[in-house]
Amino acid sequence: MNIVVCVKYVPDATADRKFEDDNTVDRVGVDGLLSELDEYAVEQALQFREKREGEEITVTALTVGPEKAVDAVRKALQMGADSGVHVVDDAIAGSDYLGTSLVLAKAVEKIKADAGADLVMCGMASTDASGSVVPAMLAERLGLPQVTLASVVESQGDQVRIKRDNEGSTEVIGATLPIVLSVTDQSGEARYPSFKGIMAAKKKPLETWSLTDLGLDAEQVGLSVAYTQVEDTEARPPRTAGEVVTDEDGSGAGALVEFLASKKFI
Amino acid sequence: MSEVLVVVDHADGEVKKPTYELLTIAKRLGEPSAVFFGSPEQGDAVAEKVKKYGAAKVYVVDDAQIKGFLVAPKAEALQQLAEQAGPAAILLPSTFENKEVAARLAIKIGSGLITDAVDVSDAGVTTQSVFAGNYTVQAKVTTGTPIITVKPNSAAPEESEGAGTVEAFAATISDAAKGAQIVATQPRQSTGRPELTEAAIVVSGGRGTGGNFEPVEGFADSLGAAVGASRAAVDSGWMPHAFQVGQTGKTVSPQLYVANGISGAIQHRAGMQTSKTIVAVNKDPEAPIFELVDFGVVGDLHTVLPAATEKVKERKG
Repeated sequence: MNIVVCVKYVPDATADRKFEDDNTVDRVGVDGLLSELDEYAVEQALQFREKREGEEITVTALTVGPEKAVDAVRKALQMGADSGVHVVDDAIAGSDYLGTSLVLAKAVEKIKADAGADLVMCGMASTDASGSVVPAMLAERLGLPQVTLASVVESQGDQVRIKRDNEGSTEVIGATLPIVLSVTDQSGEARYPSFKGIMAAKKKPLETWSLTDLGLDAEQVGLSVAYTQVEDTEARPPRTAGEVVTDEDGSGAGALVEFLASKKFI
Repeated sequence: MSEVLVVVDHADGEVKKPTYELLTIAKRLGEPSAVFFGSPEQGDAVAEKVKKYGAAKVYVVDDAQIKGFLVAPKAEALQQLAEQAGPAAILLPSTFENKEVAARLAIKIGSGLITDAVDVSDAGVTTQSVFAGNYTVQAKVTTGTPIITVKPNSAAPEESEGAGTVEAFAATISDAAKGAQIVATQPRQSTGRPELTEAAIVVSGGRGTGGNFEPVEGFADSLGAAVGASRAAVDSGWMPHAFQVGQTGKTVSPQLYVANGISGAIQHRAGMQTSKTIVAVNKDPEAPIFELVDFGVVGDLHTVLPAATEKVKERKG
């Protein structure tokens, strides 16, 4: 069995994230890293393998992104994934959800032909766009069921069961492999790469694919053919800090209530 | 005028406020048609509600073949409805489930998708708040039928009488769409407080509560507010994940947000930075949350909040 984990290289949320002149996210000038939310997907893929000791299960980490995005795959390999794939092509830059999911789907199909893709795993969202829609799009493109936003993952044979928090309830979802599965940050702390893991990662297979390798044309993806267009991006003026008082002998509560009343909240 | 499909947000036939917000927005783009996935018996009651906000048609889609499965059947039904109605746009309340329905639908009908809009203009230009609220983005769907998911509190609901003609829509759901089955559902117990994402006031607690949420809940109740929690409080097991405000929880945009014992890490800011008024109570004068506030109290929430709760109650009599 082979598990494909989709990982995204994102601008560091604690850095000064910004847009380029063409209104695409600056993915080169800002320090990036493996999206924290995708670390949970890598972790759950590794746990899936570990829980099913004795079975032959491999994990392939897949990313789509610029040169530096290979760091996201490297991190997954250091954590314990067996092999990596980096799809890189200048023509992909500026792709929207539809373009990105198309490239990912083609890459998963190619991995499937070589090593299998019985389970496709994703994080619940990226930490940059926060859309939470690519796993569902990937499932639609691959013709697979989606089991999303899992906080607990259990499996036996080709059966997968997950638990998740929905809007007003807790649900148990069941499905038969192959599926697309996304996991939340509630699924369990992601491991840190060990020194051994970091050394071992250097010897693991890491392939670089272009659009041509996936049978796609430059005209099918990227900014120019995106289904959506960003017309403007504007930095929000920073909030100016208001009055801050120090509570002394109960003065804080009075001041707080006065403020709320002055704003008509009481 | 072209139809604009609006997916009704409801709990067992009880229509929720975001539906009226979406109908109000839909009127800018065309003639709103509500799409109700639910029990056909509830169709008329729902129609009575949504026609007050301008719904000309109410499509009732029997969810007997839909509700037991995740996402894919709804996307199929919407695809069939879109093919019949030829709408100018499709609007959905921005929940995790609806975003995924919209995602599959976008691929099926070859249309652009915009998620988490906080406004939509009459020209179809959306406004989104991104990068933890540090940027505002204006965008537009340029290919296909615009599919837009809209966050709660994005418009003030405006009443205007629509015809509210009920039309049953029979969707054909394929077996392939039934691959992910809901095996069990356990409804969360209602707290009796307003829904977190829809509330006008949210009072949240974090690490500084030390696990005791009573002061936070008491203050919330005095203001008629929803209760929220930071990730630190949820990870500590003090509050269920459903209460989490932040990047991996709920994004809220209330009139008033009161952060108690919350430092204000970027992940939390992402979920509350667009609140109209922000207030914080924190022992640490250096806490980054104070950079955002309209009003702050440096003090212990365990003494400040109970005292403030009493004062609010006195004022309200």
